[in-house]
Amino acid sequence: MNAAVPYQTVVTPASPRIMAERPMKITARGVDVYYGDKHAINQLSIDIPDRAVSAFIGPSGCGKSTFLRAINRMNDTIPSCRVTGDIVIDGDDIYDSKLDVVQLRARVGMVFQKPNPFPKAIYENVAYGPRIHGMAKNKAELDVIVEQSLRKAGLWEEVKDRLAHPGTGLSGGQQQRLCIARAIAVNPEVILMDEPCSALDPIATAKIEELIDELRQNYCIVIVTHSMQQAARVSQLTAFFHLGTLVEYGDTDEMFTAPQEKRTQDYITGRFG
Amino acid sequence: MSDHIVKAYDEDLAQLKTMLAQMGGLVEQQLDDAIDALYRRDTALADLVIQNDEKVDTLEHQVEEKAILTIAKRQPVARDLREIMVAIRVASDLERIGDLAKNTAKRTHAVSEQLPRKLMAGVTRMGRMAQAELKSILDAYARSDAAMALEVWRSDEDLDALYNSIFRELLTYMMEDPRNISLCTHLLFGAKNMERIGDHATNIAENIHYLVHGKPLAEGRPKKDVTSSLRIEGFNPSDE
Repeated sequence: MNAAVPYQTVVTPASPRIMAERPMKITARGVDVYYGDKHAINQLSIDIPDRAVSAFIGPSGCGKSTFLRAINRMNDTIPSCRVTGDIVIDGDDIYDSKLDVVQLRARVGMVFQKPNPFPKAIYENVAYGPRIHGMAKNKAELDVIVEQSLRKAGLWEEVKDRLAHPGTGLSGGQQQRLCIARAIAVNPEVILMDEPCSALDPIATAKIEELIDELRQNYCIVIVTHSMQQAARVSQLTAFFHLGTLVEYGDTDEMFTAPQEKRTQDYITGRFG
Repeated sequence: MSDHIVKAYDEDLAQLKTMLAQMGGLVEQQLDDAIDALYRRDTALADLVIQNDEKVDTLEHQVEEKAILTIAKRQPVARDLREIMVAIRVASDLERIGDLAKNTAKRTHAVSEQLPRKLMAGVTRMGRMAQAELKSILDAYARSDAAMALEVWRSDEDLDALYNSIFRELLTYMMEDPRNISLCTHLLFGAKNMERIGDHATNIAENIHYLVHGKPLAEGRPKKDVTSSLRIEGFNPSDE
């Protein structure tokens, strides 16, 4: 990245290798996000490929979670929040006024920092989405979706004998995998994860990371993480955010061995934050 | 490099660099003594060099331990990670240079009884040249100066060229008088040791480049040691 190029123009990663192999899924151009007067994201442009994990890293308040939430319009729930610019998923402008936000959130699933299963049976947690979206004609079809989703989330073997038990009775790591199963159940294209492991122990974290690695074969995954090591382990692309701008975006392997920008280097090596 | 939020991390990296500086200084001294010992046929000094090699080995182990511990504790990335990996590699090159100095010192015993001093001139000159190369590369490493490292890397050509001419020279002496063969063979190994030291210095140069720029040196190294394919004219056993 040339130092003379303003950060806002960082769109495709410095290493085009990963981008060349995969179709583009999410394209953002000139995105600004404001919370009232606060300018949280400043003219952000980025291309995110399908079937890969892209990690957003950066110090607290850098805008990474804000941008993540802009991708499935979670920010709509915050009254003072205003988003301008274009975010396009597979050619569809997601801020189009005619777009159905509920449909969008089925296409773009989200997993949060704290596991938040519904206070219902494990089965119901997963079945809820497919049911409201009318994805199953009968109980048998729903059963198949529930089983497949739990299998993909690596949870089936652990819960198959207690599907009627409450989801809240599972361990933290299991709850988080249940939330991932719930997100997968509606057959999304994109899965957004906002620090999905920060409330989990190392073993549960490893299981989620293993799961993310499997899921990337079929989904476009974007993960926000405060753990640099996690970004290095699970992602193919890493984007470094600072003060509401995208500073550097590139091949994860390069970002963690030889980043181009001094600010990236300083952050990932623990020199400011 | 001294501005981590965690100060102890800075100390870990600084300690590593200090150990490398110490090791570099010791290896320089070893090489200096080995060349002196050979030139003056000072067997006492040669023995000292042989003895001190253990210190170099110990330092290498300490560098390795420190590096591994720092990786385990800090999970270094980017430049910090390169700094540590390069420290391990430089330590290993310095350890090899130490071995080559020791091997050269050992040969003092073999040549001490034999006299013609003019034969020693070439090897001693090579030794001084290798020494200068080592000093420059250690300076470049201490300053993380990639441009200076590249200069040293290029200058190794001269050492190779000198080695080629000494190789020929020693062959000539051997052909002149077979009684020289034993002495000249030792000197030839001594010269080869110096040539190898130059190669280790270029390894260090490549590592400094990687440390600073984050990618390997793209150019091919000027490798001018042609002795391995040199035909020995006028000494063909079938002529006998």
